[in-house]
Amino acid sequence: MAADNIDIELRLLIDAIYLKYHHDFRGYAAASLKRRLTSASGRFGCQTLSQLQDKVLHEPKTFSALLSLLTVPVSEMFRDPTYFSSLRDKVVPLLRTYPSLRVWVAGCSTGEEVYSLAILLREEGLLERTLIYATDINPQTLQKAAAGVYAIDRIAGFTENHRKSGGRASLSDYYTAAYGRAVFDKSFRRHIVFSDHSLATDSVFAEVHLVSCRNVLIYFNRELQNRALGLFRDALCRKGFLGIGMKESLRFSSHARSFVDLAYEDRIFQKKDEP
Amino acid sequence: MRVAEALQYRIDAIVIGASAGGVDALSVLLPALPASLRASVFIVLHLPRERPSLLPEIFARKCALRVKEAEDKELAAPGTVYFAPPDYHLLLDKGPQLALSIDELVHFSRPSIDVLFETAADIYAERLMGIILTGANEDGAKGLASVHRRGGVTIVQEPDSAQVPLMVLSALRQTPADFVLPLEQIAELLRTLASAEPAESPLCQRGK
Repeated sequence: MAADNIDIELRLLIDAIYLKYHHDFRGYAAASLKRRLTSASGRFGCQTLSQLQDKVLHEPKTFSALLSLLTVPVSEMFRDPTYFSSLRDKVVPLLRTYPSLRVWVAGCSTGEEVYSLAILLREEGLLERTLIYATDINPQTLQKAAAGVYAIDRIAGFTENHRKSGGRASLSDYYTAAYGRAVFDKSFRRHIVFSDHSLATDSVFAEVHLVSCRNVLIYFNRELQNRALGLFRDALCRKGFLGIGMKESLRFSSHARSFVDLAYEDRIFQKKDEP
Repeated sequence: MRVAEALQYRIDAIVIGASAGGVDALSVLLPALPASLRASVFIVLHLPRERPSLLPEIFARKCALRVKEAEDKELAAPGTVYFAPPDYHLLLDKGPQLALSIDELVHFSRPSIDVLFETAADIYAERLMGIILTGANEDGAKGLASVHRRGGVTIVQEPDSAQVPLMVLSALRQTPADFVLPLEQIAELLRTLASAEPAESPLCQRGK
């Protein structure tokens, strides 16, 4: 059977983006990418993905707007509170044994997860000795993440999540509210490096003790998932920790055997001692 | 139910969407699925997003088929009922493979019926059956239209028999349904979808 037009157009558009802008979406899960691109083409006034391709190739501005539509997942602070309480109970005691710590938040988007981890580490007295690498493929969202500013109407949900995650203080201790926005404490910034990094095309850049990469892998196909998990394995120190999304799994990856379950219900794994 | 008998050979997947009143409706439909069903069954039932779902456990007991929560990247197995997990969209990808996403809510819902139905229609085309049941939401109407457009079979619960008819009415406004039936008759139709040797059917689309 001949491929549908839209599937041909999708592939051509993704190739065009790769050739022109070196952003590689070729390993993304097709169904959600197609939905995002189709809804984006409407926003840019395009009837077809071919029209969108024309715009994307000739207007870098359109591409950067498109990139944001393609890469910003809905996130919230302390999403899945039990993930964070598991980190507190099962991972933090082991992290305490290291004199200095490095954490990698891969696919950090607008930073909600980064600040959640920074707050958790501060509450556990570990932030002072920690450096968090927060990476994403989208420079615009990295800027937003670095600013640490969120709409005030989202804070109630964040506060509730923080409390459920076993938060030791009030979330309001960590931000200042002004003009309908909550600005997170600048002191967090000293412990966070925001940086451009692609799980599809870049390699390992540091040795870390904890990788947190949640609800990013679901947007990848199995091959790209495998590549990303390989990077995490290589980046982690001996017996380092990996946290992924609550509905994500290692079982389709050849790297599954490099990890053991630490808190399976919350998708926290530990790298094995031996390869 | 002659039409249904003719259909059975080409249905590889059934997608079901329900909202308010959906648990009761599914309690009538799912036990009717025959143990020999060849199709995969995917279900979106709107539920509170913040709680883990007990649906797979509840329905496993009432169902002759394997019932489980959908997992990202698993291959769709025949004769298996998959529930979308709370707070994730469920999509179908080539394989057919299941995929999850946390993209924005659709009709205030995640999982959304539209997302499941539209992506399933892309993958299964005319080998898909879409069923819209009771609910107080317009989710599913666009999705059922996609199923119809791609040549799939569309079934809508008869509005009078729905606990809350808004969802089925919205679906009927957008799509000419192949069947508009009360719940018991949809169950009856599902019962006839027992597997037979696909090769015996002239309607068979496989092995082309």
